[in-house]
Amino acid sequence: MAKKPVHFSHNGVERAAFADDGQNLLEFLRRGAGDLSPKYGCGQGTCGACTVMIDGETQLSCLVLAESIDGKSIRTAAGLASDQLDPLQVAFMDHFAAQCGYCTPGMLVSARALLERNPKPTREEVMEAISGNLCRCTGYEPIISAILAVAEGRAQA
Amino acid sequence: MIEFRKEFFADERDDDLNEVGKPTRRQDILGHVTGRSPFFDDHLFDGLLHMRCVRSPHHHARIRRVDTAEAEKMPGVVRVLTGKDVPTNLNTLLSLLDFGIDDEPILSTAKVAYRGEPVAAVIAATEAQARAAVKAVRVDWEVLPHVLDVEEAIKPGAPTVCEVYPDNKFIYHGKYDHQKLRFGDVEAAFASADHIVEGRYQMSPIEQAPIETCGAIAAPEQNDRYVCYTSTQALFFSLGTAAKVLQTPSSRLHFIGGTVGGGFGGKVDSIHEPLAVLGAMLTGRPCKYAWDRGEEMQVGAPRGAERWYIKDAVARDGRITARKFIGYFDSGAYTRLSSYAIIKGVGHLPGPYTIPNVYADVYCVYTNRTPATAMRGFGITGVDFAIENHMDKVAETVGVNPIELRILNSYRDGDMKAHRREAKNCALVECCQVVAEKGGVTLSPDARAATSLTGGGGERAQIPNFTATDEHGRVEGFDTGSYAQKASAAATAPQPPRTLPASQQPTSRPVQPPASHQPAIPPTPAAQPAQPAPPQKPAASRSGAMRFSSLSGFRRR
Amino acid sequence: MTSTVETVSTMAEAARAVAQGATFLAGGTIVMRDVNAGEAAPRIVRTIDPSLNDIRISGDSVVLGAGVTMAQVLANRDLEFLHPAARMIGGPQVRNMGTVGGNLFAPHPYGDFAVALLALGARAVMAGQSGGRPLDDLMRDRSRSPALVAAIECPRPRAGSFGFLKVSRVKPKGVSVLSVAALLPREGGRIRGPRVAWGAMGPGPMRGASAERLLDGQELSAATIDRVVQAAAEGLSPPTDAIATDWYRREVAGVHLKRLLEQMERG
Repeated sequence: MAKKPVHFSHNGVERAAFADDGQNLLEFLRRGAGDLSPKYGCGQGTCGACTVMIDGETQLSCLVLAESIDGKSIRTAAGLASDQLDPLQVAFMDHFAAQCGYCTPGMLVSARALLERNPKPTREEVMEAISGNLCRCTGYEPIISAILAVAEGRAQA
Repeated sequence: MIEFRKEFFADERDDDLNEVGKPTRRQDILGHVTGRSPFFDDHLFDGLLHMRCVRSPHHHARIRRVDTAEAEKMPGVVRVLTGKDVPTNLNTLLSLLDFGIDDEPILSTAKVAYRGEPVAAVIAATEAQARAAVKAVRVDWEVLPHVLDVEEAIKPGAPTVCEVYPDNKFIYHGKYDHQKLRFGDVEAAFASADHIVEGRYQMSPIEQAPIETCGAIAAPEQNDRYVCYTSTQALFFSLGTAAKVLQTPSSRLHFIGGTVGGGFGGKVDSIHEPLAVLGAMLTGRPCKYAWDRGEEMQVGAPRGAERWYIKDAVARDGRITARKFIGYFDSGAYTRLSSYAIIKGVGHLPGPYTIPNVYADVYCVYTNRTPATAMRGFGITGVDFAIENHMDKVAETVGVNPIELRILNSYRDGDMKAHRREAKNCALVECCQVVAEKGGVTLSPDARAATSLTGGGGERAQIPNFTATDEHGRVEGFDTGSYAQKASAAATAPQPPRTLPASQQPTSRPVQPPASHQPAIPPTPAAQPAQPAPPQKPAASRSGAMRFSSLSGFRRR
Repeated sequence: MTSTVETVSTMAEAARAVAQGATFLAGGTIVMRDVNAGEAAPRIVRTIDPSLNDIRISGDSVVLGAGVTMAQVLANRDLEFLHPAARMIGGPQVRNMGTVGGNLFAPHPYGDFAVALLALGARAVMAGQSGGRPLDDLMRDRSRSPALVAAIECPRPRAGSFGFLKVSRVKPKGVSVLSVAALLPREGGRIRGPRVAWGAMGPGPMRGASAERLLDGQELSAATIDRVVQAAAEGLSPPTDAIATDWYRREVAGVHLKRLLEQMERG
């Protein structure tokens, strides 16, 4: 099985690693790069738990061929916080927007991508933006509330 | 939008709660929002091996031969397990509670009874290699006739799904092929009723569908122990099950759980831990066994389907005077938790209503479908669907508003429930009144004035003087002793239990109060017809001769 | 079967590999599912040829590189007539990945964008071949297509002459109960040469011959719509799946076609 070298930016850090033939980006990030924040939920692009940003666009890492990210920039939930938590993370904490926490990293990445593209989304735009992320236990309402709180400047940083 | 109506039952509680009604931060929330919460699959091991199962494509088939030779030669394959590699290759989940007979192989060797049943497990260096090798395992199947419907399954001549229960019915308390509830005399009430209302209700199986699929990673640890990270919702169940299946003391198993990516009941079955640990034991390397999404949906045990027949005797004013249930739980191919769900469900009958005559026969039926297990309120949710639909049907029949009908029949404090416990802290009347208010339904002055605090007790607190009982569905060959012991005895000398011919079955008889409850403690209060519940004493002595089980009441050890 | 992935620099090389039986990987939303499940072909080919993402707009038609994503369609104002269809494909992540070319080969219940293209009378430009191939042909034998689609040529419809509707149980993101698209060119108030296409009403996107026949030469009046709706499901053989039975799909096809036509009538 051929190994393919991949150079990429991972949450702002330049990295290089080998991808297996046919390996998807989810496995590559988790096993190869040690970033466990994207989650496996379906392996078929339905649940959104593996959502990452590739060059600023949300994509499903389980359906991305790992070697295809050569030269690209990847952002995951693990990279949202720097010295401080991202305001979305704080809002998710305050609005009870995570119960089991399994969909949360993907949900946060989708929410972050939305706010970067559209800092003042409507409720409908928030719903649309997270429509590719399934949540089974928290319920979508607290998640929508948390995202809107950040957009409306009501969340504490 | 949550609204607190603190005026209700204000004098029944201290209003000094500091957390209820206010948002609060979960203790594990920081890990969730930073992606650092350690789910079972978030533990990295060098040299991790991946296990995937070879599964039956048939609903029901005899296994003539499993040929793993080709698969063993495939790239990356370390080992292929079959049933003979599993130390104790037969289990039932509730054997840990001494309830039910071992009925389900870990890796089946003789036959399969549902589509997706595992017959071999491939362990390989990568998941892709394990998948490829699974396809190379050759199984010689002899397809058997299958049965997928509960009522078809209990007809004479139906294929036997699970040989432990040859008539496709779980055996309750070593005595009956169904769980009984007898309270008063429903037939007498039917004979004098103004209306008889009958209904048939069918639920579908429901997949719990957690976003994290079920799985476990096991690895050798120091001191001859094995660590196991698992998605289980029932850590000690999984630990005990693994110890039993692997014939190893639980002290050698170091189980770590508690971070679960959604469960909803679907992560109690302890399917993954025994095989992951076995893989680690036999290869000496870390081993992961997890379902992919397709497996989670296909072989992950759902909430089982239920079929209910309900027959009510109803007075002209809407008062329900008798309710009779015949229920069938579709357990799928094996027992898992369905037998327990029925015990719980029968304790709930006839729903939150005071009905003086109640009867139920509830069957745990084996079919060639995916085994069923727990899900959110299981044992209750399905029959509640049936009951509440039936309430609407009754309301329509007698021409009463459905909310008023419920208020009229609701439990009041002090009423006697069909399982012979007093109703306390009732609140259905008040809930119905709020529903009417929110729904813009105008209630009659009587319904508006009703409360759960008044109108109960007195005559309504009495257990009926006469309860019609019967012995139908009586079986032999099972005794009331330890089910687990029965299983090991059956393994050496199989003696299929049998149902008594109808002629030998005693007919209805008045019930005598028990002379003494010393040697004849009922398996469950609900199951024993018409006897006042024995007072709930603490265990008689510290010798441990007696203990309380939520499954079956007081039991002798 | 584990798969091997080759990366080539031009569409021509990719087309040769496809002709030899390789599976072409573009956005990944279809092929990577199979790779993950161990069900993909042993040989997979992808290309980094930038022409795959070209969008060319001319007076009466548009040319979309086969690798153009749904998100790129939605970001382009000249492609507004395709936005209703592109917006209904998957969720945001899938729209950032899924391509125009891939959608032509998406198995049931996917492929709603192809339904719109089929109704619009689009043609597929095959890699290494000159001239376009009508989508009608391509759809007919798409499961055994040995050639690689390089681009889609699509006529631009006149304002108000094209409509698209997708029906799903889960909103805003859900797979099709069905989708339906209609192109109704008009001459002097009468419809001339209508094209109606259905999704999830057969093994793949297909034309609605009976609806087209009843629309041709008519005004888009309530009476016409009623006649068309009666015959909407004629000749269609919808599949039964977890979303709906074939019976249900046939029953509601007319209802949804009516909604689409009334919406187009209102303009």
